Amino acid sequence: MSETNEKIWIDCRDLSLGYEGQAIWEGLTFQVRSGDYLCIVGENGSGKSTLLKSLLGLLKPLSGTIAWDDSLRRGAIGYLPQQTRAQKDFPATVYEVVLSGFLSAGGIRFFHTPAEKSTALMNLGKLGILELKDRCYRELSGGQQQRVLLARALCAAGELLVLDEPITGLDPAAALDLYRTLDYLNKKENIAIVMVTHDMRGALRYATKIIYAGQKQWFCGTPAEYLASPYGRRFGGETR
Amino acid sequence: MRLLLEMFTYPFIVRAFVVGVLVSLCAALLGVPLVLKRYSMIGDGLSHVSFGALAVALACGWAPLPVSIPVVILAAVILLRMSENSPMGADAAIAVTSASALAIGIIVTSLTTGMTTDVDSYMFGSILAMDRSDVALSVGLSAAVLVLFVLFYHKLFAITFDESFSRTTGVKVDLYNTLLSVLTALTIVLGMRLMGAMLISSLVIFPALSAMRLHKSFRGVVIWAGAVSVVSFCAGLTASYLVSTPVGATVVVVNLAVFLACCVAARFIRR
Repeated sequence: MSETNEKIWIDCRDLSLGYEGQAIWEGLTFQVRSGDYLCIVGENGSGKSTLLKSLLGLLKPLSGTIAWDDSLRRGAIGYLPQQTRAQKDFPATVYEVVLSGFLSAGGIRFFHTPAEKSTALMNLGKLGILELKDRCYRELSGGQQQRVLLARALCAAGELLVLDEPITGLDPAAALDLYRTLDYLNKKENIAIVMVTHDMRGALRYATKIIYAGQKQWFCGTPAEYLASPYGRRFGGETR
Repeated sequence: MRLLLEMFTYPFIVRAFVVGVLVSLCAALLGVPLVLKRYSMIGDGLSHVSFGALAVALACGWAPLPVSIPVVILAAVILLRMSENSPMGADAAIAVTSASALAIGIIVTSLTTGMTTDVDSYMFGSILAMDRSDVALSVGLSAAVLVLFVLFYHKLFAITFDESFSRTTGVKVDLYNTLLSVLTALTIVLGMRLMGAMLISSLVIFPALSAMRLHKSFRGVVIWAGAVSVVSFCAGLTASYLVSTPVGATVVVVNLAVFLACCVAARFIRR
């Protein structure tokens, strides 16, 4: 990976995170740099989504600081949330959904600019779903819907994607497809990826950095370091 | 045709026509995001609150609209908050509020005037209810609803489709949700006396459902919901004039017929 224009997208220092003064995370320090592929793993209820909310700026840390790169401050975070029940049968074309990624840029406007439209089409092409442009979102398969949301996230921010359990609910083939796409975006387009996931195998295979959330303790390091750590050993036994 | 022309020689029908067309257009536009966000019942809850407010205003001899508009707007904001983070759940919160408001309204009227025709017309609507000031107010407020809806169309689409994504891109989701509920509240107060407190929520829900059967794009659904709603209202008003049925109920039945027709049509298109 080239280190030429390395940028620190998110810089977390000595974070304590939690609700109503109850800290779930303490003393957390790490950075998200350009080209990073960071997976946040851990059991249910261990605070993965708390950390994600903080990284998105939706939750204030109890103490410590999160510093975003200036371009992210303007709301340019490519977020791929978990799907909601209401979305499953939503009447909207793929193109409409993808264009809605451009909200952060605009005040009150009724029309999208030509530049936005062509970027939207380009992102659809990048993800191989250009021919679905005029299809209805609710008629797509789970994997295709995930790609549409990914294209929308790319419209919102071209350099950092934050994904919340993207492969939950996908069949194995679609999941593998999504991993390959993310890997492509990460390696070829140099897009930094932050992902909360349950899929330890995928995380160990693709991530360059792993944050493990345990009860009141955490670990941050490369997949190899993670496997060697006391937290990772039992997973290492399962996957090898 | 002559019947139609004759119909419009009655000034009260012309007033009902103007108010009805505007209200059904606004209700249908707002109904699309409300139905998609699973807030359909908010319209129903608000109309009951509006009935309670009107009953109290009537009993105290106050002008009905200036009392009920702020009360219903307040209720709309509270209902929306409750449906987002209430321990008892959105549906229960709305059911409790609407039943309570209805009960208060009924008690107040029975203690004062009794169940008069006025109260009856609030419950089930009356074509005679509109006076000149109502028409002026409806035109103004509907224009406001339409302008705001068009200006914030993309934002409304985004928060309807995906609130958490919009939040991260810096959209003030709570502000737009509040805007949506305030506009809904205004529409419901305006339409209630024509359509009836028990029936007005169908104007919010039916057109959106009908349009969703047939259309695949959000824009298509919005435009069609508006068109379907206005046409259904006109058909309902005419039918109620021809066969002398209450206007609110007739419009609801026409909407139901359109919805069923759309369901059948959707089935044929899919095959």
